[in-house]
Amino acid sequence: MVNPQMVMYEEEFNQIQNVVDRLVKDANAKVVFIVDKNGQLIAASGDVDNLDTTSLASLTAGNIAATGGMAKLLKENEFATQFHEGEKANIHIQLVGNRVILVVIFDSKSSLGLVRLRVRRASEELNNIFEALLKKVADPGADSPFAEITDEDIDNLFND
Amino acid sequence: MSFINYMAREINCKIVYYGPGLCGKTTNLQYIYERTNPDAKGKMISLATETDRTLFFDFLPLALGEIRGFKTRFHLYTVPGQVFYDASRKLILKGVDGVVFVADSQIDRMEANEESVENLKTNLEEQGYKLEKIPYVIQYNKRDLPEVATVEELREKLNPMNVPDFEGVARTGVGVFDTLKAVAKLVLTELRKGGP
Repeated sequence: MVNPQMVMYEEEFNQIQNVVDRLVKDANAKVVFIVDKNGQLIAASGDVDNLDTTSLASLTAGNIAATGGMAKLLKENEFATQFHEGEKANIHIQLVGNRVILVVIFDSKSSLGLVRLRVRRASEELNNIFEALLKKVADPGADSPFAEITDEDIDNLFND
Repeated sequence: MSFINYMAREINCKIVYYGPGLCGKTTNLQYIYERTNPDAKGKMISLATETDRTLFFDFLPLALGEIRGFKTRFHLYTVPGQVFYDASRKLILKGVDGVVFVADSQIDRMEANEESVENLKTNLEEQGYKLEKIPYVIQYNKRDLPEVATVEELREKLNPMNVPDFEGVARTGVGVFDTLKAVAKLVLTELRKGGP
């Protein structure tokens, strides 16, 4: 298989969700979410009900990819942090461990300084969690739930 | 790179529509978007120029249903087809699980098709993939136009590996879902083969 799969287990998911939940409070943020570099949403917290997180995740990953492309042209490794300031909402994007993207959306109830401070701590914690997760996934004992699927299972998906 | 989430019991896969400029990649996604049940799709995002040419990518999230208790979600992306957007095309191929090559059947676009397949191979190799190894299908689009090459000719030039191929008229939807189903099946079959 060309691609190593990204896998999320309950234990790590709960740890990640804790970090994200706490960051919403600590940074006075509206929404915090984590996306992998391919645009898959991993976790989200805060006022997410009125937000299209799937689209935001894909655009964030596109944004990080484009910025990474620019960095490469300038012989930089990465531009790890981005900040976009709007009239009401601001968005802070942080690459964590060159692996996942931590996004914080906040308004005038918070400030860039506070967000940066809290993001720094959360990034370290997330980095440790994802490192442990990657080790777990690399363990050959971890098996895919899809090893057992049959042609029939796949065909059934497409029965209109 | 597929993403298996045991917590949400979800599997996410990324499919990229590739091909020369104006071959109908965005039109494929638009048709899928229009014909999919609202519960099964998210918003379609198009990062396009003012003249509706794809600038960065189109994105359409689709939910196909469940396999063994896992929801299957497919993220469909298109690349910008125009030659000078090559840097963006490379980025979109990152983490791809399956590729659809949309060929323009018109005779005068044959060279553009061949160039685009070569470009696909090069860009995949830069990311460490081989076209022969990843789920890959071809759609010969615009079959309704007058000056088109025969399917045999297209096959000979564009499909030496004999991957699943389909005739299409993306504007009216001919072949669109057949193409999508074929690549989705290959992606899921690949998942079965490989553990993490």
